[in-house]
Amino acid sequence: MKSILFATAAATIAFVGSAQAGLLEDVKAKGFIQCGVNTGLTGFSAPNDKGKWEGFDVDFCRAMSAAVFGDADKVKYTPLTSKERFTALQSGEIDVLSRNTTWTFTRDVNLGLEFIGSNYYDGQGFMVRKDLGVKSARELDGASVCIQTGTTTELNLADYFRTHKMEFNSVVFEKADEIRAAYDAGRCDVYTTDRSGLAAQRSLLKAPEDHLVLPEVVSKEPLGPVVRHGQSEWGDVARWTLYTLIVAEELGITSANVDSMKSSKNPEVLRLLGIEGEMGKQLGVSADWAYNIVKQVGNYSEVYERHVGVNTPLKLERGINALWTQGGLMYAPPFR
Amino acid sequence: MALGSDTQGTAPRPSFWNDPNKRSIIYQGIVVLIFVGLAAYFVNNTADNLEQRGIASGLSFLSAPAGFDVGMSPFLTYDASTATHGTVLIVGILNTLLVAITGIVLATIIGFIFGVLRLSPNWIVSKLCYWYIEILRNIPLLLQLLFWYFAVLGTLPSKRDSISLFDLFFLNIEGMFGPLPVPQDGFWMIGLGLVIAIAAIIVIKNWARKRQDETGQIFPVFWTSLALLIIIPFIAAAIAGFPLEFEHPQKNRFGLRGGMIILPEFAALVLGLSLYTSAFIAEIVRSGILAVSHGQSEAAYALGLRPGLTMRLVVIPQALRVIVPPLTSQYLNLTKNSSLAVAIGGAEIVAIFAGTSLNQAGQAIEIIAITMAFYLTVSLLISLFMNWYNNKIALVER
Ligand SMILES: N[C@@H](CCC(=O)N[C@@H](CS)C(=O)NCC(=O)O)C(=O)O
Repeated sequence: MKSILFATAAATIAFVGSAQAGLLEDVKAKGFIQCGVNTGLTGFSAPNDKGKWEGFDVDFCRAMSAAVFGDADKVKYTPLTSKERFTALQSGEIDVLSRNTTWTFTRDVNLGLEFIGSNYYDGQGFMVRKDLGVKSARELDGASVCIQTGTTTELNLADYFRTHKMEFNSVVFEKADEIRAAYDAGRCDVYTTDRSGLAAQRSLLKAPEDHLVLPEVVSKEPLGPVVRHGQSEWGDVARWTLYTLIVAEELGITSANVDSMKSSKNPEVLRLLGIEGEMGKQLGVSADWAYNIVKQVGNYSEVYERHVGVNTPLKLERGINALWTQGGLMYAPPFR
Repeated sequence: MALGSDTQGTAPRPSFWNDPNKRSIIYQGIVVLIFVGLAAYFVNNTADNLEQRGIASGLSFLSAPAGFDVGMSPFLTYDASTATHGTVLIVGILNTLLVAITGIVLATIIGFIFGVLRLSPNWIVSKLCYWYIEILRNIPLLLQLLFWYFAVLGTLPSKRDSISLFDLFFLNIEGMFGPLPVPQDGFWMIGLGLVIAIAAIIVIKNWARKRQDETGQIFPVFWTSLALLIIIPFIAAAIAGFPLEFEHPQKNRFGLRGGMIILPEFAALVLGLSLYTSAFIAEIVRSGILAVSHGQSEAAYALGLRPGLTMRLVVIPQALRVIVPPLTSQYLNLTKNSSLAVAIGGAEIVAIFAGTSLNQAGQAIEIIAITMAFYLTVSLLISLFMNWYNNKIALVER
């Protein structure tokens, strides 16, 4: 099926005419957003017991849908492995990719992609069985390491071991489930990926408490949504959807109080919610686009705590993902 | 044209448009033009679109650093810090060929055994073979691979209590470890011994055939050959002072490292592919044998040939003519099916080149084209070889 995907990719690129109408108009005409998500990463994107997609990354698609259609549910999901995701986006099979994807130079510049920002600042970590007695990643010389193909993870891994003059054997899989099964069976000593991903995978192991995430963070992994290169209007909608989530938290707007916020005294709140100015029109969407995002999906903090925060099985602290006003990196340009 | 009353070929020349030869040349020319035109249009349009979407194109990525590790590379040392996507391609090709060749050899041997036994007069043997064939043939290959990898090899003992054989071979979840032969100075002597042995075998074979033609006496060519193949290189090795040392796997904190290793991913792939294909080959062999008319074996028995010899000298050579053509397509299937390795962490061309390299370099079109060209070449080579073999064994009309 993979080859079919790649073949369609090749075929679409060979066939389509070069003139492209704006994707925003196309999406509106189509009536839904085709959103590429993870095949199953607890907390980030996974189908719930009713088969409905849920998670931190899924909520970004829903926020975009709220902005474009005034209804967060006009989304269709395409589950993608790390290997398939860029081809799916390049070929136009999906409109936006929201799948714990690291923003890197090559992907941005060479693959015809456009990263619109980061909604989760992460870093790569290592997980080992506690009974190995390993306390630091520097002790991993000679270990065998399970990794997922098509990720920054496999590149960082080679870099890290090379820098520290250590050797490793890699066992490479395409799907997280396969890695988990192999790691659980003891095929490899180490499971490495983004620390958020490790938290999610660890919660699914047979005995999570037998495993330990080592203290080292060996890379920068700014995860964020991606659109195709050259779709600037659509990219703007994606970018400012992300900033709406962040700025809503900053301004104290939540899904619970967004209605009363409409009578706020703060001009930025009024501009954001479409009471004043015409930001919606400039963006090519309705005036109440940001209202709809916050009302139906929530602000950044709500989304975070709902899916990955300390009260979820992932138990992730906000850490560097706190607002800039609280010592974190989440920062949105002014809405004016 | 010849003179005389011979009227053939003297019909008036048809006009240019009515000459079927000329007409067909023109039509074919038009088809070629349309094809070339379309191809040019697609290539051009693709290049345009790629450029417009800011996607890199061209083949320069082959010399760009790959930066990732590939799990298995038995033929060349792969170093993630220096390897390029070109290296990944080569490793992928070599690994695929290794899987295909081992798989084909194993599948053929197992398939022949089961195909012949399936016809055994012994009811139990024949029923067992029947079930073997039916079960393996009717379960999807992907499922079988997952079964071998996760359900069978995944339950091997952990690295702390690996099974050991004479303290030379070790088996645990990370694979099977054994001593790696490392050739020393003078190793060429053994190679020379091998060449001499093979030459001797050819001479003996010809001599034996001639003698049998003349005197009717049979010479045990097979056993003599086997003996020569072992004894001559052994003598050569002894003269050179046994120029071979063994590197044994060493224990480290995490498990065994070094020496020779068969990875479970590779083992599961070869096992799954060859067992699955062997079931089809068994059926082909069975039908091939059944296609040889019963009168042939009866005639052989009447001449006093024992059943084993009848099979080897009379039935199999005739059956082969029926067996070889469908066998070719099984070999092609096995080679192409090796791409299912992606599901169990294998490291053949589809997994590492059309998978990882494609993702990291992002050049789907070039990479898929190269991969397809590779499969096409291998398939054509297999077909060519099998056609040659088929012609060789074909009935010689006298
Ligand atoms: N952020 C990295 C890694 C992303 C990634 O694929 N992570 C894995 C491990 S957490 C994953 O999401 N696997 C889930 C799956 O494929 O089902 C990247 O963009 O390359």
